[in-house]
Amino acid sequence: MATIAEILEEKTLEVKDFEFTYASAEQASIKKLTMPIAKHSITALIGPSGCGKTTLLRSFNRMHDLYPGNKYDGEILFKGRNILQEKEDLINLRIQIGMIFQKPTAFPMSIFDNVAYGMRLQGMKNKSELSDRVEKALKDAAIWKEVKDRLKHDANGLSGGQQQRLCIARAIAVEPEVLLFDEPTSALDPISTSGIEELIVELKERVSIIIVTHNMQQAARVSDYTGFMYLGELIELGKTEDMFVTPREKLTEEYITGKFG
Amino acid sequence: MTHTQKRIIVNNIVMMLSTLSAIIGIGFLFWILGVLILNGVDALSWNIFSQEGAPPGYEESGLKHALIGQLMIVGVATFFGVPLGILAGTYLSEYGQQSKLAETIRDISDIMMSAPSIVIGAFVYAVVVAPMGHFSGWAGSIALTIIMLPIILRTTDDMLQLVPSTLREAAFALGAPKYKVIMQVVYRGAKAGILTGILLGVARVAGETAPLLFTSFNDNFLNTNMNEPMASLTVTMFNYATSPYEDWQKLGWAAAFILSMFILGLNILGRLFLLKKRGK
Repeated sequence: MATIAEILEEKTLEVKDFEFTYASAEQASIKKLTMPIAKHSITALIGPSGCGKTTLLRSFNRMHDLYPGNKYDGEILFKGRNILQEKEDLINLRIQIGMIFQKPTAFPMSIFDNVAYGMRLQGMKNKSELSDRVEKALKDAAIWKEVKDRLKHDANGLSGGQQQRLCIARAIAVEPEVLLFDEPTSALDPISTSGIEELIVELKERVSIIIVTHNMQQAARVSDYTGFMYLGELIELGKTEDMFVTPREKLTEEYITGKFG
Repeated sequence: MTHTQKRIIVNNIVMMLSTLSAIIGIGFLFWILGVLILNGVDALSWNIFSQEGAPPGYEESGLKHALIGQLMIVGVATFFGVPLGILAGTYLSEYGQQSKLAETIRDISDIMMSAPSIVIGAFVYAVVVAPMGHFSGWAGSIALTIIMLPIILRTTDDMLQLVPSTLREAAFALGAPKYKVIMQVVYRGAKAGILTGILLGVARVAGETAPLLFTSFNDNFLNTNMNEPMASLTVTMFNYATSPYEDWQKLGWAAAFILSMFILGLNILGRLFLLKKRGK
Protein backbone atom coordinates (compact mmCIF):
# COMPACT_ATOMS: atom_id res chain seq x y z
CA MET A 1 0.00 0.00 0.00
CA ALA A 2 1.05 3.47 -0.78
CA THR A 3 2.13 5.87 1.92
CA ILE A 4 -0.13 8.88 1.52
CA ALA A 5 0.33 11.91 3.71
CA GLU A 6 -2.83 13.57 4.90
CA ILE A 7 -3.92 16.50 2.77
CA LEU A 8 -5.58 19.18 4.83
CA GLU A 9 -6.67 21.46 1.99
CA GLU A 10 -9.77 21.02 -0.06
CA LYS A 11 -9.26 18.49 -2.83
CA THR A 12 -9.82 19.20 -6.52
CA LEU A 13 -9.48 15.67 -7.78
CA GLU A 14 -9.64 12.32 -6.03
CA VAL A 15 -8.36 9.19 -7.68
CA LYS A 16 -9.86 6.03 -6.21
CA ASP A 17 -8.80 2.47 -7.04
CA PHE A 18 -8.00 3.69 -10.53
CA GLU A 19 -6.79 1.25 -13.15
CA PHE A 20 -5.84 1.94 -16.73
CA THR A 21 -5.13 -0.53 -19.53
CA TYR A 22 -3.87 0.43 -22.98
CA ALA A 23 -5.59 -1.18 -25.96
CA SER A 24 -2.42 -2.98 -27.00
CA ALA A 25 -1.41 -4.12 -23.51
CA GLU A 26 -2.40 -7.22 -21.59
CA GLN A 27 -1.60 -5.80 -18.18
CA ALA A 28 -2.89 -2.64 -16.62
CA SER A 29 -0.42 0.25 -16.85
CA ILE A 30 -1.84 1.77 -13.67
CA LYS A 31 -2.90 -0.54 -10.86
CA LYS A 32 -5.35 0.26 -8.06
CA LEU A 33 -4.11 3.77 -7.66
CA THR A 34 -5.60 6.02 -5.00
CA MET A 35 -4.46 9.61 -4.75
CA PRO A 36 -5.95 12.90 -3.56
CA ILE A 37 -4.98 16.13 -5.38
CA ALA A 38 -5.05 19.34 -3.35
CA LYS A 39 -6.81 22.42 -4.66
CA HIS A 40 -4.81 25.56 -5.53
CA SER A 41 -1.52 23.82 -5.13
CA ILE A 42 1.01 22.13 -7.34
CA THR A 43 1.28 18.38 -7.30
CA ALA A 44 4.31 16.89 -9.05
CA LEU A 45 4.32 13.33 -10.36
CA ILE A 46 7.78 11.80 -10.49
CA GLY A 47 9.11 8.34 -11.23
CA PRO A 48 11.23 6.46 -13.74
CA SER A 49 10.20 6.18 -17.43
CA GLY A 50 7.26 3.87 -17.92
CA CYS A 51 6.02 4.22 -14.34
CA GLY A 52 2.64 5.48 -15.56
CA LYS A 53 2.84 9.13 -14.51
CA THR A 54 1.98 10.52 -17.96
CA THR A 55 -0.66 7.84 -18.39
CA LEU A 56 -2.26 9.00 -15.14
CA LEU A 57 -2.03 12.66 -16.17
CA ARG A 58 -3.72 11.97 -19.50
CA SER A 59 -6.56 10.22 -17.69
CA PHE A 60 -7.61 13.41 -15.90
CA ASN A 61 -8.82 14.96 -19.16
CA ARG A 62 -9.66 11.62 -20.78
CA MET A 63 -7.02 12.13 -23.49
CA HIS A 64 -6.83 8.35 -23.88
CA ASP A 65 -10.30 8.41 -25.41
CA LEU A 66 -8.79 9.75 -28.64
CA TYR A 67 -7.38 6.31 -29.35
CA PRO A 68 -9.68 3.32 -29.47
CA GLY A 69 -9.61 0.38 -27.10
CA ASN A 70 -8.12 1.97 -23.97
CA LYS A 71 -9.84 1.01 -20.74
CA TYR A 72 -10.41 2.88 -17.47
CA ASP A 73 -11.50 1.31 -14.17
CA GLY A 74 -12.20 2.73 -10.75
CA GLU A 75 -12.99 6.38 -10.13
CA ILE A 76 -11.59 9.83 -10.62
CA LEU A 77 -13.80 12.27 -8.73
CA PHE A 78 -14.05 15.85 -9.89
CA LYS A 79 -16.70 18.12 -8.37
CA GLY A 80 -18.35 15.13 -6.82
CA ARG A 81 -18.83 13.11 -9.95
CA ASN A 82 -16.83 10.28 -11.49
CA ILE A 83 -15.36 11.66 -14.72
CA LEU A 84 -14.64 8.16 -16.00
CA GLN A 85 -18.32 7.49 -16.64
CA GLU A 86 -19.37 6.78 -20.20
CA LYS A 87 -21.76 9.69 -20.29
CA GLU A 88 -19.21 12.26 -19.15
CA ASP A 89 -19.25 15.28 -21.49
CA LEU A 90 -15.60 15.30 -22.61
CA ILE A 91 -15.77 18.71 -24.26
CA ASN A 92 -16.99 20.25 -21.03
CA LEU A 93 -14.47 18.28 -18.98
CA ARG A 94 -11.55 19.44 -21.12
CA ILE A 95 -12.65 23.05 -20.85
CA GLN A 96 -12.37 22.72 -17.06
CA ILE A 97 -9.22 20.62 -17.05
CA GLY A 98 -6.64 22.06 -19.45
CA MET A 99 -3.37 20.57 -20.60
CA ILE A 100 0.11 21.74 -21.59
CA PHE A 101 2.20 19.32 -23.61
CA GLN A 102 5.84 18.32 -23.67
CA LYS A 103 6.52 20.03 -26.99
CA PRO A 104 4.93 23.42 -27.60
CA THR A 105 1.77 23.00 -29.66
CA ALA A 106 1.18 26.40 -31.24
CA PHE A 107 -1.53 26.07 -33.87
CA PRO A 108 -0.66 27.16 -37.42
CA MET A 109 -2.45 30.50 -37.05
CA SER A 110 -1.72 33.94 -35.63
CA ILE A 111 -0.68 34.55 -32.02
CA PHE A 112 -4.02 36.23 -31.33
CA ASP A 113 -6.04 33.42 -32.90
CA ASN A 114 -4.11 30.86 -30.88
CA VAL A 115 -5.04 32.45 -27.58
CA ALA A 116 -8.59 33.18 -28.71
CA TYR A 117 -9.09 29.61 -29.94
CA GLY A 118 -10.56 28.13 -26.77
CA MET A 119 -12.82 31.14 -26.13
CA ARG A 120 -14.11 31.07 -29.69
CA LEU A 121 -14.85 27.37 -29.28
CA GLN A 122 -17.13 28.36 -26.44
CA GLY A 123 -18.93 30.75 -28.75
CA MET A 124 -17.42 34.06 -27.64
CA LYS A 125 -17.71 36.44 -30.59
CA ASN A 126 -17.59 39.92 -29.07
CA LYS A 127 -14.39 41.42 -30.47
CA SER A 128 -13.49 43.78 -27.66
CA GLU A 129 -14.18 41.17 -25.01
CA LEU A 130 -12.05 38.67 -26.94
CA SER A 131 -9.14 41.02 -27.29
CA ASP A 132 -9.35 42.03 -23.62
CA ARG A 133 -9.18 38.44 -22.55
CA VAL A 134 -6.42 37.58 -25.02
CA GLU A 135 -4.39 40.46 -23.60
CA LYS A 136 -5.04 39.36 -20.03
CA ALA A 137 -4.11 35.76 -20.77
CA LEU A 138 -0.89 36.82 -22.51
CA LYS A 139 -0.04 39.08 -19.56
CA ASP A 140 -0.74 36.29 -17.09
CA ALA A 141 1.51 34.02 -19.12
CA ALA A 142 4.28 36.67 -19.00
CA ILE A 143 4.61 36.93 -22.75
CA TRP A 144 2.54 40.04 -23.50
CA LYS A 145 5.52 42.41 -23.79
CA GLU A 146 7.22 40.20 -26.35
CA VAL A 147 4.23 39.71 -28.63
CA LYS A 148 1.99 42.74 -28.20
CA ASP A 149 3.23 44.33 -31.44
CA ARG A 150 2.87 41.21 -33.54
CA LEU A 151 -0.37 39.59 -32.46
CA LYS A 152 -1.28 39.04 -36.11
CA HIS A 153 1.95 37.18 -36.86
CA ASP A 154 2.18 33.42 -37.29
CA ALA A 155 2.68 31.79 -33.89
CA ASN A 156 5.21 29.37 -35.34
CA GLY A 157 7.66 32.25 -35.69
CA LEU A 158 8.08 32.37 -31.90
CA SER A 159 10.90 30.62 -30.05
CA GLY A 160 10.25 27.35 -28.24
CA GLY A 161 10.00 29.01 -24.83
CA GLN A 162 7.70 31.72 -26.17
CA GLN A 163 5.51 29.11 -27.85
CA GLN A 164 5.21 27.20 -24.61
CA ARG A 165 4.13 30.36 -22.77
CA LEU A 166 1.70 31.05 -25.61
CA CYS A 167 0.23 27.58 -25.06
CA ILE A 168 -0.11 28.36 -21.35
CA ALA A 169 -1.85 31.64 -22.24
CA ARG A 170 -4.18 29.71 -24.54
CA ALA A 171 -4.97 27.21 -21.79
CA ILE A 172 -5.60 29.78 -19.02
CA ALA A 173 -7.65 32.04 -21.30
CA VAL A 174 -10.62 29.69 -20.87
CA GLU A 175 -10.18 29.83 -17.08
CA PRO A 176 -9.88 26.14 -16.29
CA GLU A 177 -9.95 24.84 -12.72
CA VAL A 178 -7.14 22.36 -13.21
CA LEU A 179 -4.09 22.53 -15.48
CA LEU A 180 -2.15 19.41 -16.40
CA PHE A 181 1.50 19.88 -17.38
CA ASP A 182 3.16 17.00 -19.21
CA GLU A 183 6.92 17.61 -18.87
CA PRO A 184 6.41 21.18 -20.04
CA THR A 185 10.08 22.17 -20.05
CA SER A 186 11.82 19.06 -21.36
CA ALA A 187 12.13 20.60 -24.83
CA LEU A 188 13.31 24.00 -23.56
CA ASP A 189 16.61 25.66 -22.69
CA PRO A 190 17.44 26.49 -19.02
CA ILE A 191 16.38 30.16 -19.21
CA SER A 192 13.01 29.36 -20.79
CA THR A 193 12.64 26.56 -18.24
CA SER A 194 13.03 28.86 -15.24
CA GLY A 195 10.57 31.29 -16.86
CA ILE A 196 7.97 28.55 -17.21
CA GLU A 197 8.62 27.36 -13.64
CA GLU A 198 8.03 30.85 -12.21
CA LEU A 199 4.86 31.06 -14.23
CA ILE A 200 3.58 27.74 -12.92
CA VAL A 201 4.14 28.86 -9.33
CA GLU A 202 2.22 32.10 -9.97
CA LEU A 203 -0.66 30.26 -11.61
CA LYS A 204 -1.50 28.17 -8.56
CA GLU A 205 -3.35 31.13 -7.05
CA ARG A 206 -6.07 30.46 -9.58
CA VAL A 207 -5.77 26.89 -10.78
CA SER A 208 -4.84 23.57 -9.32
CA ILE A 209 -1.80 22.17 -11.07
CA ILE A 210 -0.54 18.68 -11.70
CA ILE A 211 2.87 18.43 -13.33
CA VAL A 212 4.66 15.38 -14.64
CA THR A 213 8.41 15.82 -14.65
CA HIS A 214 11.55 13.79 -15.17
CA ASN A 215 13.52 16.43 -13.41
CA MET A 216 13.53 15.97 -9.65
CA GLN A 217 15.02 19.40 -9.02
CA GLN A 218 12.08 20.83 -10.90
CA ALA A 219 9.63 18.92 -8.74
CA ALA A 220 11.44 20.15 -5.63
CA ARG A 221 11.49 23.75 -6.88
CA VAL A 222 7.89 24.19 -7.93
CA SER A 223 5.61 21.70 -6.23
CA ASP A 224 3.76 21.64 -2.93
CA TYR A 225 3.05 17.93 -3.07
CA THR A 226 4.98 15.19 -4.79
CA GLY A 227 3.77 11.77 -5.78
CA PHE A 228 6.32 9.10 -6.55
CA MET A 229 5.13 6.40 -8.94
CA TYR A 230 6.77 3.11 -9.78
CA LEU A 231 5.56 0.32 -12.08
CA GLY A 232 2.05 1.73 -12.33
CA GLU A 233 1.59 2.25 -8.61
CA LEU A 234 1.74 5.24 -6.35
CA ILE A 235 4.48 4.51 -3.86
CA GLU A 236 4.36 7.68 -1.82
CA LEU A 237 2.56 10.99 -1.78
CA GLY A 238 3.54 13.77 0.56
CA LYS A 239 4.47 17.38 1.04
CA THR A 240 7.36 18.05 -1.29
CA GLU A 241 9.72 19.25 1.45
CA ASP A 242 9.09 16.09 3.46
CA MET A 243 9.39 13.79 0.46
CA PHE A 244 12.78 15.06 -0.58
CA VAL A 245 14.22 15.34 2.93
CA THR A 246 12.70 12.41 4.77
CA PRO A 247 11.03 10.00 2.38
CA ARG A 248 9.07 7.36 4.22
CA GLU A 249 9.37 4.62 1.61
CA LYS A 250 12.67 2.96 0.81
CA LEU A 251 11.91 3.00 -2.95
CA THR A 252 11.30 6.74 -2.90
CA GLU A 253 14.57 7.32 -1.15
CA GLU A 254 16.44 5.17 -3.65
CA TYR A 255 14.87 7.00 -6.57
CA ILE A 256 15.47 10.53 -5.34
CA THR A 257 19.04 9.72 -4.37
CA GLY A 258 19.61 8.45 -7.90
CA LYS A 259 20.10 4.77 -7.09
CA PHE A 260 17.83 3.84 -10.01
CA GLY A 261 15.60 5.48 -12.60
CA MET B 1 48.91 -0.04 -58.82
CA THR B 2 48.19 0.65 -55.19
CA HIS B 3 44.87 0.10 -53.57
CA THR B 4 44.28 3.83 -53.24
CA GLN B 5 44.93 4.47 -56.95
CA LYS B 6 42.48 1.73 -57.84
CA ARG B 7 39.84 3.29 -55.63
CA ILE B 8 40.32 6.70 -57.20
CA ILE B 9 39.96 5.23 -60.71
CA VAL B 10 36.80 3.29 -59.83
CA ASN B 11 35.45 6.40 -58.17
CA ASN B 12 36.03 8.45 -61.29
CA ILE B 13 34.44 5.84 -63.56
CA VAL B 14 31.30 5.66 -61.42
CA MET B 15 31.08 9.44 -61.30
CA MET B 16 31.48 9.71 -65.08
CA LEU B 17 28.84 7.07 -65.75
CA SER B 18 26.27 8.65 -63.46
CA THR B 19 26.97 12.15 -64.79
CA LEU B 20 26.60 10.89 -68.34
CA SER B 21 23.28 9.19 -67.53
CA ALA B 22 21.99 12.35 -65.92
CA ILE B 23 23.00 14.41 -68.95
CA ILE B 24 21.27 11.95 -71.31
CA GLY B 25 18.08 12.08 -69.26
CA ILE B 26 18.00 15.85 -68.94
CA GLY B 27 19.11 16.13 -72.57
CA PHE B 28 15.98 14.38 -73.79
CA LEU B 29 13.80 16.61 -71.63
CA PHE B 30 15.35 19.78 -73.05
CA TRP B 31 15.24 18.33 -76.56
CA ILE B 32 11.50 17.77 -76.21
CA LEU B 33 10.95 21.21 -74.74
CA GLY B 34 13.17 22.80 -77.40
CA VAL B 35 11.35 21.20 -80.35
CA LEU B 36 8.04 22.05 -78.70
CA ILE B 37 8.94 25.69 -78.16
CA LEU B 38 10.45 26.11 -81.65
CA ASN B 39 7.43 24.65 -83.44
CA GLY B 40 4.85 25.81 -80.92
CA VAL B 41 5.84 29.47 -80.74
CA ASP B 42 6.05 29.48 -84.54
CA ALA B 43 2.46 28.21 -84.76
CA LEU B 44 1.10 30.68 -82.20
CA SER B 45 -1.03 33.55 -83.43
CA TRP B 46 -4.03 35.50 -82.21
CA ASN B 47 -6.23 33.28 -84.36
CA ILE B 48 -5.33 30.32 -82.17
CA PHE B 49 -7.26 31.87 -79.28
CA SER B 50 -10.04 33.58 -81.21
CA GLN B 51 -10.98 31.10 -83.94
CA GLU B 52 -12.61 27.69 -83.89
CA GLY B 53 -11.65 24.69 -85.95
CA ALA B 54 -11.96 24.90 -89.73
CA PRO B 55 -11.40 22.61 -92.68
CA PRO B 56 -7.81 22.41 -93.86
CA GLY B 57 -6.76 25.31 -96.06
CA TYR B 58 -8.77 27.99 -94.25
CA GLU B 59 -6.74 30.93 -92.93
CA GLU B 60 -9.02 31.57 -90.00
CA SER B 61 -8.70 28.45 -87.94
CA GLY B 62 -7.78 28.19 -84.29
CA LEU B 63 -8.06 26.25 -81.07
CA LYS B 64 -10.66 28.30 -79.19
CA HIS B 65 -13.07 25.36 -79.16
CA ALA B 66 -10.41 23.00 -77.79
CA LEU B 67 -9.13 25.47 -75.17
CA ILE B 68 -12.61 26.13 -73.81
CA GLY B 69 -13.56 22.46 -74.00
CA GLN B 70 -10.37 21.48 -72.18
CA LEU B 71 -10.94 24.05 -69.43
CA MET B 72 -14.55 22.92 -68.97
CA ILE B 73 -13.79 19.19 -68.88
CA VAL B 74 -10.82 19.61 -66.52
CA GLY B 75 -12.65 22.27 -64.50
CA VAL B 76 -15.66 20.04 -63.86
CA ALA B 77 -13.37 17.11 -63.04
CA THR B 78 -11.52 19.33 -60.54
CA PHE B 79 -14.79 20.59 -59.08
CA PHE B 80 -15.83 17.03 -58.22
CA GLY B 81 -12.44 15.40 -57.78
CA VAL B 82 -10.93 17.85 -55.28
CA PRO B 83 -13.63 17.79 -52.57
CA LEU B 84 -14.11 14.03 -52.98
CA GLY B 85 -10.37 13.43 -52.79
CA ILE B 86 -9.86 15.70 -49.79
CA LEU B 87 -12.80 14.23 -47.87
CA ALA B 88 -11.72 10.67 -48.65
CA GLY B 89 -8.15 11.50 -47.61
CA THR B 90 -9.52 13.03 -44.42
CA TYR B 91 -11.43 9.86 -43.70
CA LEU B 92 -8.29 7.75 -44.13
CA SER B 93 -6.06 9.93 -41.98
CA GLU B 94 -8.46 11.11 -39.27
CA TYR B 95 -11.16 8.46 -38.96
CA GLY B 96 -10.09 5.20 -40.63
CA GLN B 97 -6.45 5.52 -39.50
CA GLN B 98 -4.84 2.08 -39.50
CA SER B 99 -8.12 0.15 -39.70
CA LYS B 100 -8.54 -2.68 -42.22
CA LEU B 101 -11.00 -0.66 -44.30
CA ALA B 102 -8.65 2.34 -44.49
CA GLU B 103 -5.66 0.20 -45.41
CA THR B 104 -7.69 -1.51 -48.14
CA ILE B 105 -8.75 1.85 -49.58
CA ARG B 106 -5.10 2.95 -49.55
CA ASP B 107 -4.01 -0.19 -51.42
CA ILE B 108 -6.77 0.12 -53.98
CA SER B 109 -6.08 3.76 -54.67
CA ASP B 110 -2.38 3.01 -55.07
CA ILE B 111 -3.32 0.43 -57.70
CA MET B 112 -5.74 2.91 -59.30
CA MET B 113 -2.94 5.45 -59.59
CA SER B 114 -0.95 3.15 -61.83
CA ALA B 115 -3.95 1.87 -63.79
CA PRO B 116 -3.59 2.67 -67.53
CA SER B 117 -5.79 5.67 -68.19
CA ILE B 118 -7.20 4.09 -71.33
CA VAL B 119 -8.75 1.39 -69.14
CA ILE B 120 -10.51 4.09 -67.11
CA GLY B 121 -11.71 5.57 -70.42
CA ALA B 122 -13.09 2.21 -71.52
CA PHE B 123 -14.79 1.80 -68.15
CA VAL B 124 -16.53 5.17 -68.39
CA TYR B 125 -17.46 4.35 -71.98
CA ALA B 126 -19.16 1.19 -70.76
CA VAL B 127 -21.01 2.69 -67.78
CA VAL B 128 -21.75 6.24 -68.99
CA VAL B 129 -21.34 6.69 -72.75
CA ALA B 130 -22.96 3.42 -73.86
CA PRO B 131 -26.13 3.75 -71.71
CA MET B 132 -26.48 7.45 -72.66
CA GLY B 133 -26.03 6.58 -76.28
CA HIS B 134 -23.60 9.40 -77.09
CA PHE B 135 -20.25 10.91 -76.16
CA SER B 136 -20.36 13.90 -73.81
CA GLY B 137 -18.26 16.39 -71.89
CA TRP B 138 -19.73 14.95 -68.68
CA ALA B 139 -18.35 11.51 -69.52
CA GLY B 140 -14.92 13.07 -70.11
CA SER B 141 -15.06 14.84 -66.75
CA ILE B 142 -16.10 11.63 -65.00
CA ALA B 143 -13.14 9.77 -66.48
CA LEU B 144 -10.74 12.52 -65.40
CA THR B 145 -12.31 12.67 -61.92
CA ILE B 146 -11.67 8.94 -61.51
CA ILE B 147 -8.03 9.40 -62.53
CA MET B 148 -7.57 12.44 -60.29
CA LEU B 149 -9.26 10.99 -57.21
CA PRO B 150 -6.57 8.57 -55.99
CA ILE B 151 -3.82 11.20 -56.43
CA ILE B 152 -5.58 13.80 -54.31
CA LEU B 153 -6.82 11.21 -51.83
CA ARG B 154 -3.35 9.81 -51.18
CA THR B 155 -1.57 13.17 -50.98
CA THR B 156 -4.23 14.48 -48.60
CA ASP B 157 -3.92 11.34 -46.49
CA ASP B 158 -0.09 11.61 -46.40
CA MET B 159 -0.07 15.33 -45.70
CA LEU B 160 -2.63 15.08 -42.89
CA GLN B 161 -0.65 12.28 -41.29
CA LEU B 162 2.41 14.53 -41.28
CA VAL B 163 0.58 16.95 -38.95
CA PRO B 164 1.90 16.04 -35.49
CA SER B 165 -0.68 14.25 -33.35
CA THR B 166 0.22 16.52 -30.43
CA LEU B 167 -1.32 19.40 -32.38
CA ARG B 168 -4.60 17.47 -32.57
CA GLU B 169 -4.36 16.56 -28.89
CA ALA B 170 -3.78 20.21 -27.98
CA ALA B 171 -6.96 21.22 -29.78
CA PHE B 172 -8.93 18.40 -28.16
CA ALA B 173 -7.50 19.43 -24.79
CA LEU B 174 -9.10 22.85 -25.24
CA GLY B 175 -12.48 21.18 -25.63
CA ALA B 176 -12.72 21.20 -29.42
CA PRO B 177 -15.04 18.69 -31.10
CA LYS B 178 -13.38 16.47 -33.69
CA TYR B 179 -14.70 18.19 -36.81
CA LYS B 180 -13.36 21.52 -35.57
CA VAL B 181 -9.98 19.98 -34.78
CA ILE B 182 -9.80 18.75 -38.37
CA MET B 183 -11.15 21.86 -40.08
CA GLN B 184 -9.44 24.51 -37.98
CA VAL B 185 -6.15 22.94 -36.96
CA VAL B 186 -5.23 19.87 -39.01
CA TYR B 187 -6.19 21.35 -42.41
CA ARG B 188 -4.25 24.52 -41.66
CA GLY B 189 -1.19 22.51 -40.76
CA ALA B 190 -1.38 20.57 -44.03
CA LYS B 191 -2.52 23.43 -46.27
CA ALA B 192 0.55 23.68 -48.52
CA GLY B 193 0.79 19.92 -48.98
CA ILE B 194 -2.88 19.49 -49.87
CA LEU B 195 -2.67 22.36 -52.35
CA THR B 196 0.32 20.69 -53.98
CA GLY B 197 -1.63 17.45 -54.26
CA ILE B 198 -4.48 19.27 -55.98
CA LEU B 199 -2.16 20.98 -58.46
CA LEU B 200 -0.33 17.75 -59.29
CA GLY B 201 -3.65 15.95 -59.67
CA VAL B 202 -4.98 18.58 -62.06
CA ALA B 203 -1.69 18.60 -63.98
CA ARG B 204 -1.85 14.84 -64.32
CA VAL B 205 -5.35 14.73 -65.83
CA ALA B 206 -4.88 17.82 -68.01
CA GLY B 207 -2.53 15.82 -70.20
CA GLU B 208 -4.77 12.78 -70.61
CA THR B 209 -5.86 11.84 -74.13
CA ALA B 210 -6.86 8.19 -74.13
CA PRO B 211 -9.74 8.43 -71.64
CA LEU B 212 -11.16 11.43 -73.49
CA LEU B 213 -11.15 9.60 -76.85
CA PHE B 214 -13.63 7.18 -75.27
CA THR B 215 -15.75 9.73 -73.49
CA SER B 216 -15.87 13.38 -74.57
CA PHE B 217 -14.63 12.43 -78.03
CA ASN B 218 -14.17 15.59 -80.08
CA ASP B 219 -15.88 18.47 -81.81
CA ASN B 220 -14.30 20.71 -84.40
CA PHE B 221 -16.40 23.68 -83.29
CA LEU B 222 -17.10 25.47 -80.06
CA ASN B 223 -19.53 23.65 -77.83
CA THR B 224 -20.22 24.59 -74.23
CA ASN B 225 -22.93 22.00 -73.62
CA MET B 226 -21.42 19.36 -71.33
CA ASN B 227 -24.07 16.94 -72.52
CA GLU B 228 -22.59 16.76 -76.01
CA PRO B 229 -19.27 15.65 -77.46
CA MET B 230 -16.64 18.22 -76.65
CA ALA B 231 -13.25 19.24 -77.96
CA SER B 232 -10.17 19.06 -75.81
CA LEU B 233 -6.60 20.15 -76.44
CA THR B 234 -5.24 16.63 -76.20
CA VAL B 235 -7.68 14.93 -78.58
CA THR B 236 -7.51 17.90 -80.98
CA MET B 237 -3.75 17.70 -80.90
CA PHE B 238 -3.91 13.98 -81.65
CA ASN B 239 -6.27 14.53 -84.60
CA TYR B 240 -4.43 17.50 -86.06
CA ALA B 241 -0.95 16.11 -85.62
CA THR B 242 -1.86 12.84 -87.35
CA SER B 243 -3.59 14.60 -90.24
CA PRO B 244 -1.83 15.03 -93.60
CA TYR B 245 -2.51 18.80 -93.78
CA GLU B 246 0.31 21.12 -92.91
CA ASP B 247 -1.83 23.89 -91.41
CA TRP B 248 -3.57 21.37 -89.16
CA GLN B 249 -0.22 20.00 -88.07
CA LYS B 250 0.79 23.52 -87.13
CA LEU B 251 -2.32 23.82 -84.98
CA GLY B 252 -1.32 20.53 -83.39
CA TRP B 253 2.05 22.02 -82.42
CA ALA B 254 0.32 25.04 -80.94
CA ALA B 255 -1.97 22.79 -78.89
CA ALA B 256 1.02 20.76 -77.68
CA PHE B 257 2.86 23.94 -76.69
CA ILE B 258 -0.05 25.50 -74.79
CA LEU B 259 -0.83 22.25 -72.99
CA SER B 260 2.78 21.65 -72.00
CA MET B 261 3.22 25.18 -70.67
CA PHE B 262 0.00 24.84 -68.66
CA ILE B 263 1.10 21.55 -67.10
CA LEU B 264 4.66 22.79 -66.55
CA GLY B 265 3.24 25.84 -64.82
CA LEU B 266 1.04 23.73 -62.53
CA ASN B 267 3.98 21.50 -61.63
CA ILE B 268 6.26 24.41 -60.85
CA LEU B 269 3.54 26.04 -58.77
CA GLY B 270 2.99 22.79 -56.86
CA ARG B 271 6.69 22.48 -56.09
CA LEU B 272 6.89 26.11 -54.99
CA PHE B 273 4.15 25.48 -52.42
CA LEU B 274 6.09 22.53 -51.03
CA LEU B 275 9.35 24.51 -50.95
CA LYS B 276 7.63 27.33 -49.13
CA LYS B 277 6.31 24.85 -46.59
CA ARG B 278 9.72 23.27 -46.02
CA GLY B 279 11.41 26.63 -45.82
CA LYS B 280 9.26 27.64 -42.88
